[in-house]
Amino acid sequence: MAAVISAARLARTFPTKTGPVEAVRGIDLTVHEGEILGFLGPNGAGKTTTLRMLATLLKPTGGAATVAGHDLATDPAGVRRVSGYVAQSGGVDPQITVREELVTQARFYRLSKADAVARAAELARDLDLTGLLDRRTAALSGGQRRRLDIAMALTHRPRVLFLDEPTTGLDPGSRAGLWDLVRRLRDEHGTTVFLTTHYLDEADALADRLVIVDGGVVAAEGTTGALKLRYGGSLDATLQGTFLAVTGRAPVPTDDAPVAV
Amino acid sequence: MLLHDTALVYGRYLRQSLRSRFALLFGVLTPLLYLLFFGPLLTGLPLGAAGSSWQVLVPGLLLQLGLFGALFAGFTIIMENTQGVLERMRVTPVSRLALLLGRVLRDATVFVFQAVLLVLAALAMGLRAPLPGILIGFGFVALLTLSLASLSYATAMKVRTPQEFGPLINAVSMPSMLLSGLMLPMSLAPGWLDVLSHFVPFRYLVDAMRDAYVGHYATAHMLYGVLVAVGFAALAVTTGTRVFRTAGA
Repeated sequence: MAAVISAARLARTFPTKTGPVEAVRGIDLTVHEGEILGFLGPNGAGKTTTLRMLATLLKPTGGAATVAGHDLATDPAGVRRVSGYVAQSGGVDPQITVREELVTQARFYRLSKADAVARAAELARDLDLTGLLDRRTAALSGGQRRRLDIAMALTHRPRVLFLDEPTTGLDPGSRAGLWDLVRRLRDEHGTTVFLTTHYLDEADALADRLVIVDGGVVAAEGTTGALKLRYGGSLDATLQGTFLAVTGRAPVPTDDAPVAV
Repeated sequence: MLLHDTALVYGRYLRQSLRSRFALLFGVLTPLLYLLFFGPLLTGLPLGAAGSSWQVLVPGLLLQLGLFGALFAGFTIIMENTQGVLERMRVTPVSRLALLLGRVLRDATVFVFQAVLLVLAALAMGLRAPLPGILIGFGFVALLTLSLASLSYATAMKVRTPQEFGPLINAVSMPSMLLSGLMLPMSLAPGWLDVLSHFVPFRYLVDAMRDAYVGHYATAHMLYGVLVAVGFAALAVTTGTRVFRTAGA
């Protein structure tokens, strides 16, 4: 399979008043075409920083990466054309209608006005938003909001979709619906999906392959089965136990982690 | 592409302004109160300037409108940052410069509209001024808004929280207003204050506008006013562009 994302020694250091903070120390990874990759790690491991670099929102301070053949440093505009990104917090204005947000985003991706209107209607059909097109985004439920956030990132039919903790705060039904949506995107359109999560059940259910980061570097990678076998001791090991063996701590404090729905 | 993107961004934010008509009118409230309750106090006073007291006060109030309104424009971008709206735009290929220009052009449009309302109210209060002079005045308000809104957005991208941004803007806006002679002409000031006011760019704008309001177009004040307004706008938009172009800003 062809590599659609590859990163080498990708790093980001933030200057702070108390000295530089190395959020990402040097990430090496490869994501294949049509793969759903789960990017896991404890809080503060550098997941979001890595994602923001790959989505061109943050300039790396070291290393290099390409997304669908476009170099992050020399061709960020190319990276933007072939990828979609959904932030943890989403990114819609509460006062604006679903339709206007979808059309505007499509036009930012350089679709003509007619194409943007048609694409908004098509996405609304695909993501079950049709009845909501004329509502303000403030009036949507959490699950509907998430579907809209994802629709916004799909307006230009990207080859790569970056999702930052896509199911945080969703009820079990909406989570399951979102997992189906992600699988459908890959199966029907061949979209490569790069998602961060700290829900291990989500990683187990959804991802073809996992990359576990800790302290700003890749601590382990492989299919869930391979990781369980290698770090957990057997294929029957829990992913929680495997994760603990890799990082030395749980992905989130166990009291507020819905490991299973 | 820059034009296409700027028009898109401009349209989005202009629709947003039109949706909140209350805010649109509320912006004129402060200068309108000055016009109604402060303006009549000046009609009999010797202001040391050509023309009626209205021809002195109204240019100052117009610039006050632009000064306060535009300086606070950055608050909207702090909100959009929190909502993730700005970031979701920045992952698209949209021109970074358009994200700034579309916004400041919207601001300039809104302020010219508010300036027209204020001048209409001033006409009712007794202002008489030549039409070309009034139009030149709108030009100055537009340029000032463009400049200050650019700087305000750039600052808001750097400070990021309303708790830091608010006090910072207050610290800039009040002295700017007082030191540029927007309320009363600096010709009334003692020497030291007059000298000090020459370090505030708005001083040159208000002098030029007051000349325009009495029909004097080819004066030294006008020349300095235009030079300062255009130079300040170039500097401010360049600064704003630089901040908007930087990734992660």
